[in-house]
Amino acid sequence: MIFRRPVFWLTLVFAGLMIAIPLHNNNVSLREDLILVAVAIILASNLNLMIGYTGYVNFGHIVFYGLGGYIGLYLATVRGWNLVLSALLAGLAVSLCALLFGFGILRLRGAYFALATIGILVAVQSFVYNFDPWGRSTGLYVSFAAYQPLGGARRALWITYFLVIAVMALSMILSLAIKISKFGLGLFAIREDEDAAVVLGVNATVYKAIIYSVSAFLPAVAGTLMFYKNGMIDPSIAFEFMLSLEGIVMLMLGGKGTVVGAALGGGLYEKLRSYLLTSPKLSNFHLVIAGVLLLLVVLFAPGGLIGWLYRLVPRSEKVIE
Amino acid sequence: MTALLEVSGVTKRFGGLLAVSDVSFTLAEGEILGLIGPNGAGKTTLFNMVNGVYKLNAGKISFAGQDITNRPPNEVVHLGIARTHQIVKPLYGMTVLENVTVGACFGRDSLQLKPARKVALEVLERVGLAERADTPARSLTIAGKKRLEVARALAAHPKLLLLDEVLAGLNPTEVELMIGMVRSIRDSGISVLMIEHLMQAIMSLSDRIVVLNLGSKLAEGRPQEVVNNSDVVEAYLGFPDIVDKLRGVQ
Amino acid sequence: MSGILASMIDGVLIGAVYGLAAMGLSLIWGVMDVINLTHGAVIALGMFGMYLLFAAFPINAYLLLLPIIAAGLVLGLIIYWTSVHWVIDRPQLASLLSTFAVNMIIIGIGTAIWSTSPYNVNFTIRGITIGAYTFTGNHIAAAIAAVVIALALELFLYRTRPGKAIRAVADNREAAELMGISSTMVLALAFAIGIAVAAASGALVSTLFPFTILSGASYQMKSFVVTVLAGLGKPFGALVAGVLLGLLEGAVTPFIAVSWIPLIEFGLFVVVLVAFPRGIFGKRATA
Repeated sequence: MIFRRPVFWLTLVFAGLMIAIPLHNNNVSLREDLILVAVAIILASNLNLMIGYTGYVNFGHIVFYGLGGYIGLYLATVRGWNLVLSALLAGLAVSLCALLFGFGILRLRGAYFALATIGILVAVQSFVYNFDPWGRSTGLYVSFAAYQPLGGARRALWITYFLVIAVMALSMILSLAIKISKFGLGLFAIREDEDAAVVLGVNATVYKAIIYSVSAFLPAVAGTLMFYKNGMIDPSIAFEFMLSLEGIVMLMLGGKGTVVGAALGGGLYEKLRSYLLTSPKLSNFHLVIAGVLLLLVVLFAPGGLIGWLYRLVPRSEKVIE
Repeated sequence: MTALLEVSGVTKRFGGLLAVSDVSFTLAEGEILGLIGPNGAGKTTLFNMVNGVYKLNAGKISFAGQDITNRPPNEVVHLGIARTHQIVKPLYGMTVLENVTVGACFGRDSLQLKPARKVALEVLERVGLAERADTPARSLTIAGKKRLEVARALAAHPKLLLLDEVLAGLNPTEVELMIGMVRSIRDSGISVLMIEHLMQAIMSLSDRIVVLNLGSKLAEGRPQEVVNNSDVVEAYLGFPDIVDKLRGVQ
Repeated sequence: MSGILASMIDGVLIGAVYGLAAMGLSLIWGVMDVINLTHGAVIALGMFGMYLLFAAFPINAYLLLLPIIAAGLVLGLIIYWTSVHWVIDRPQLASLLSTFAVNMIIIGIGTAIWSTSPYNVNFTIRGITIGAYTFTGNHIAAAIAAVVIALALELFLYRTRPGKAIRAVADNREAAELMGISSTMVLALAFAIGIAVAAASGALVSTLFPFTILSGASYQMKSFVVTVLAGLGKPFGALVAGVLLGLLEGAVTPFIAVSWIPLIEFGLFVVVLVAFPRGIFGKRATA
């Protein structure tokens, strides 16, 4: 039962703190910091389902976030629908697309699949650049009026923050739930040896498509919320390849295959990144540092920080999962 | 006895190579059928066709009265056929128990996690790996890995077990233990089709034997009949008329 | 109709360069089952290498190919020893990520130095005019250079001892080691050659079109398409497949906006993988 797992409660406490602390002092700048951390954790956790659990590297993961952002923002602002509803529908729509595409590209193994995911990102971005109803290269803007249903811009920002934290907690709990389920066991078998898994009875084709689709849902929801909060979306910021790469670095850094690792990697990397981007000397080296980190992790600590913890304290593997 | 597995006229080609050519045989319920033949005879290819890894170029395979020709491997397991591999394929990153649990979860009974784990523990007891339940699969010896392979297949609760050279790489003591295990598997009601090179083992275990050579069925029958079949002797030793020549040198 | 023909012939010429680029990727992939994700970054470095050399030594750009190839070999050895050697026996995911990390590093440094502004190599050779069509001299020269390098590579692989060693290791590393071939040296050499060829192709591209530090990415995609079309480790197969791709582009560009081309290539990539698991000409390593 999931309630027996310490990580479940850790997640709730963590989310609770993230809500309580900035709210307590009405600390807007802290909130803005933390929301980026939350998004990083959402992306890393859901990416973990593909990379860590199933062993399939998704280079184009950010496409779910961006596409969800577009669909949700369109529904919430152009159509004027309720924000939560828009976000959920966006999540469902993107998941469905992922399911359909998944059956196609998941026939490809390993590296071929990874390359194909880049192609999907490029394809969707291309499409959106040329898509009139979504503003082509200009994108969509959120007028102030759109924040009225939530009680004005200031309140809307807080509400969106809470919603994003909720999505973060859901992402982590979802990862945990899958990990301890039969479905998760099947995914791990696919990761270890897909051919052997099939011979053992795992319907790999269906499982892969399902997890690909599931890994799309919460990022898409988060996309709606974030772009709504930011007030605008356009193809270059929605489908930034760099964000996809950073997701991979975060996951490898923290420890792929673990719930805590994805969160840890997401949080730490996000802090590093905001430091780099604001430092005048280092902002150009953002990509270089990310690359060096990834290289070091892959070469010397493929299990990331949590993997290193497991080696130091083997018993921790039962608790910190 | 009822035929559990019927293989009729199966053929498999890889480009220009005819790996299996028009092979037919039946396996009766409750029997241990040995499958022997020189290297390259097509034995593993035949296994791969039975459990759906390879598609047939021609022929038909039916199991318990159902046509299973070209069904994917994960479906074949659900119908009741489990197999082991010649080169063992443990799920290295998982523990012994997790490996066998996979077999139980995705096998014929499609169990949920908790009952599957129980079944897995029972199976591990049976094969003698219970103490290693929580060790990572990669830390087992070759004999242990072979037993894990068998355990995983058994956990799927099969009606038919395909064993591919399960004795290869084992020392004499381990061979004895494995032979005993195969017998007890059959005694528990599971039919066995086994590929083996170890002549003594196959002779003592099998009820009947099918001999393949260069993709075709060369002979079939009780162990004694097959071993005295001059075609079979020639196939293994390689020279034509060797049986006559051997007899000549009395 | 005539415009398309000219476009297609031009496509064939450029396709030879695509083929050259793909050869680097295909060689590494075929020999050590590593998918070199630094490929695009190296192509970009080749472009900038030519730019820098030509700025310093305004001689015939095609002569400058030689130092670029030499530098490519050195770069290849460096990349091999920093990111590939250590992960070569691990599952392919590891080398995928490690080469990708190096790619990020190279592009990061490149962006810091050159930003994302476009650059140009101002070297032109007189073209050939046949009737109403003029074929740019640079395109012709690039195609010739590509074929020459491809020939050299083919000769190296099939007529020299190190080449034979590379093919042996590609075929069966353990057996080659048992024959006394130092597989590490061979792998490093093969990798270095793959990088050098990629750098050379980048250098050639720099004489054809303006480029930025990010231009390598689209050539990387093209290389992947060509490689899956041609199968692995066959230099001439890659050349032919590259020419075919160039031909296809030439046939299509008069009708479709350029921004759709990457999409078509990606689609082709997926279709070929699904329909021809063994490549059209030869072996494909399992992914």
